[in-house]
Amino acid sequence: MSYTALVVEDEPNIVLSLQFIMRQLGFTVRVASDGEQALKAIDEFVPDIVLLDIMLPKRDGFQVCEIIRNNPSCQRLKIIMLSAKSREADRDKAIALGADEFMTKPFSTRTLGDLVKKLTGLPEKAGG
Amino acid sequence: MNSSVVITVSFLYLGLLFAIAHYVDSRAGVRRVLSRNPYIYTLSIAVYCTSWTFYGSVGRAATTGLDFLPIYLGPTLVFVLWPFIWIKIIRICKQNRITSIADFVSSRYGKRASIGGLVTIIAVIGTMPYISLQLKSIATSFRILITSPGGGRVPEIPVEPIFFMDTTLIVAITLAVFAALFGTRHIDASEHHEGLVAAIAFESVVKLVAFLTVGIFATYGIFGGFTDLFQRASVDPQLRELFTVSNGTGYSSWITMTLLSMAAIICLPRQFYITAVENAEESYMRKATWLFPAYLLVINLFVLPIALGGRLAFSSTEVDADMFVLTLPLYYDHGTISLIAFIGGLSAATSMVIVASIALATMVCNDLVMPLLLRSRWFQNRQAEDLTGLLIAIRRTSILFILILGYGYYRFASESYSLVTIGLVSFAAAAQFAPAIIGGIFWQGATFRGAICGLGAGFVVWLYTLFLPSLAQSGWLPDAFISEGPFGLEWLKPYALFGLDGFDRLTHALFWSMLANIGGYWVISLLTQPTAIERIQAKLFVDVFRLTEGNTDSGYWRGSVTVGELQQLVGRFVGVRRVEQAFEEFATDNNVTLRKGQSVDSSLLEYAERLLAGAIGSATARVLIGSIVKGEIVSLDEVYRILDETSQVIEYSHTLEQKSAQLQAATEQLQMANNRLKELDSLKDDFLSMVSHELRTPLTSLRAFGEILQDNPDVSQQERQQFLNVIVTESDRLTRLIDQLLDLAKMEAGRMDWSLSDVNVNAAVEDGVQALIGLVREKNIDFYLDIPRFLPTVQADRDQLIQVIINLVSNAIKFCDPYNGKIWLKVRDEGDELIITVEDNGLGVPAPLKEKIFERFHQSAAIGGSKPQGSGLGLAICRQIVTFFGGRIWAENMSAGGARFVFTLPVEARGSSALAGD
Repeated sequence: MSYTALVVEDEPNIVLSLQFIMRQLGFTVRVASDGEQALKAIDEFVPDIVLLDIMLPKRDGFQVCEIIRNNPSCQRLKIIMLSAKSREADRDKAIALGADEFMTKPFSTRTLGDLVKKLTGLPEKAGG
Repeated sequence: MNSSVVITVSFLYLGLLFAIAHYVDSRAGVRRVLSRNPYIYTLSIAVYCTSWTFYGSVGRAATTGLDFLPIYLGPTLVFVLWPFIWIKIIRICKQNRITSIADFVSSRYGKRASIGGLVTIIAVIGTMPYISLQLKSIATSFRILITSPGGGRVPEIPVEPIFFMDTTLIVAITLAVFAALFGTRHIDASEHHEGLVAAIAFESVVKLVAFLTVGIFATYGIFGGFTDLFQRASVDPQLRELFTVSNGTGYSSWITMTLLSMAAIICLPRQFYITAVENAEESYMRKATWLFPAYLLVINLFVLPIALGGRLAFSSTEVDADMFVLTLPLYYDHGTISLIAFIGGLSAATSMVIVASIALATMVCNDLVMPLLLRSRWFQNRQAEDLTGLLIAIRRTSILFILILGYGYYRFASESYSLVTIGLVSFAAAAQFAPAIIGGIFWQGATFRGAICGLGAGFVVWLYTLFLPSLAQSGWLPDAFISEGPFGLEWLKPYALFGLDGFDRLTHALFWSMLANIGGYWVISLLTQPTAIERIQAKLFVDVFRLTEGNTDSGYWRGSVTVGELQQLVGRFVGVRRVEQAFEEFATDNNVTLRKGQSVDSSLLEYAERLLAGAIGSATARVLIGSIVKGEIVSLDEVYRILDETSQVIEYSHTLEQKSAQLQAATEQLQMANNRLKELDSLKDDFLSMVSHELRTPLTSLRAFGEILQDNPDVSQQERQQFLNVIVTESDRLTRLIDQLLDLAKMEAGRMDWSLSDVNVNAAVEDGVQALIGLVREKNIDFYLDIPRFLPTVQADRDQLIQVIINLVSNAIKFCDPYNGKIWLKVRDEGDELIITVEDNGLGVPAPLKEKIFERFHQSAAIGGSKPQGSGLGLAICRQIVTFFGGRIWAENMSAGGARFVFTLPVEARGSSALAGD
């Protein structure tokens, strides 16, 4: 069984890059372009990891994170928050709300890959 | 008569005066007897009768008849009818250790040095004519006496100089030296000068006896008694007029002179000094109330007989009537009586000069020089020295200075006037003090400002209507000053101010000066609030009887000063030995022992202040004592009185309330400013954070795809192409964003390089549309263009105008109906402006956001919630550009749905101003 990732991002080009990276790592990738879509997607199917942008239409990343973390069925789910805001306060808030990691845009795809592997316990050379 | 005889007799007389004063002062026993004597006191008040009375009254009687009388009527009325005024003033002077009239006024109005100084200046200038009158009479009588041929020949006043020198100057200097030696032997001015008073009383006897001698000689020696004299005179109709009351304007001048002399008997500095300051017992005033008028009556008995005798004797020739008293016995060859007359005149003049100059010198020293000196650095460097020598020097210099001033006035102005006319000028000056003094002791509401305004105004009018014209008449100012007014201004003629004509000069001057004086005093007093100390002083003066009938003042000082310090301070002004004595007296009187290190209690401090006040005036004394008593002056009485004045407390709390309201308002303003700053600060933070976000987003794609392409050399050709496209478009986006940011920053800072020219709007709109036409077609949008064929050119930057069109149209593309998009671009010519609208058929702008969308980085979600493309700077830039062109831009919703963006471009206004700028 393969791992599943949910990418929550409203910038189509960033979605494109994240999709590509996660597939490379062997994930099945689902995409949501705003907060509501993200929550709906999680209701349907709990992924192994969520890449969550903060500045989103409708519900922002913080709200989504909080809701996920209050959902008992999502306890094992890992969250990496991605933000174009670089303020320390945002990082602290994200971690406090239950995010596992916080990355500032622009991020390195390599670091992202390492983090994803570390969080999900993915073997070094999974997938193809 | 031999001049050496006259000079010898004169100096013998002056020596006698000195001896009397010295004898009285040095014999304690004699002093006690004399100082407890109401007759001596009354006789000293007769210093009122000067050579004006001795020579001038006769002169006046001989020319205008009974006119000489009102000058004595006024004082008589004051003494007989209103002695309580004097009693009150005397009580106040004793309570407050007042040393002079200036001290009295300054003490009443809050112990301010400024008003004391003003009174002093008025007194000195006002007394100048009076002193000059005395100098003139002595010099003239002396010259007549030593040159008179006698033996039935008419005496003439010889022309100067005699002895190759100015006799008047010699007289002035002699009198100055005499007065200086006489009046300033010791310093404490309010300690009574029994010697001086005794000498003045003696002079009053001498002048009375001398005048009576001449009168009896004239009446019985030359003529056969009163009946004979009046019968002879009544034959001559001219002379008969003299002893009947004149009619016409005579009445107004009678009233004027009576009022004036009433004021003068109180307000002349020397009368105030002798009557109030030198008074030993209040009860003496009761005797003086009838004795002094009696003296005036007696000395006036023979005025008319001598005047008539003179007129009869010198009927054929012109002889100065002012000198009848002397020339009559000379004419009839009675040397002894002539000499007695001369000595009488001398005594009348010297008594006035001595008392006036001492009183004035005290004022100059205490109320003019000392207040200035106390402030000077020179003085502060001499903290420890004994200053009694300095005080004496100041007073002596002042006396000399005052006499020189009197002499100066004599030289400049008074040679051509009769004695009485000169004297009346001085009376009018002294009368200026009357409102401040009389008002001050009866009206508590009178304030410092009122007093100083009234005094100042009255004095200025006096200067203008009496003093300056007297200089003009003597040729020291152009005659036109009197006849045509200054600079030809008729209504400013000094003898007919504001066209007031028909009064004699004196009445005219008194009317205007008193109108200004009393008016200013009254009105300003009503308009101003007295300070605490003024209120206290006002109460002390007005209620002096009520406050002093009970026990002694329970004034109480708080502070810490030792007996030694106090003694040292007072000693510097009063003399160390004298203070030691005074303190010992105080100790025995109060049954206490005083040690140097002991701290001073209230009664000793007040005692010391009174001692000091005697030497340097009450205002200065208060400052000095206040300077050594640490802490403010707080007397229980003062506190009660101040609390009594609830109005002041209320006023104070009202002020406090106002202050606190002001503070509150200021705090609110500060808070608002602070909030605004915080807002601006957070706006700046938001802006930076938005900029950061907007820059990072394209950068994220760039970096991600760059790395992907690097790490995955084996991606398909199709994917590679897609990723490279992303890199290119995101690079474009980044570039555009940076350009817009820079443009916006430049526009906001006013540093944008605009290239203004006459722009063809048709062409510009077409260019803008052209840039987007591809996108419009791609999205299948219906685009309608509605532009008149001929439009006026506008003054604008062509590229920026196109930018506005592009921004608005691309917004419309983003927000129009996604499936059946429609966009209208219309231009209307309104004459003075072009109106350009861009409409779409989207959802429109939510009402609360109509303004917000023009702010930086405001982004609206596009249809379907997807994130709109764009920086969020477009509309902000549009607004900057349109505003710069002089137009407006706004958004509205169409009734059919959809948004409409409107902007205007002015056609002429902008154009002409831009042309002017070229």
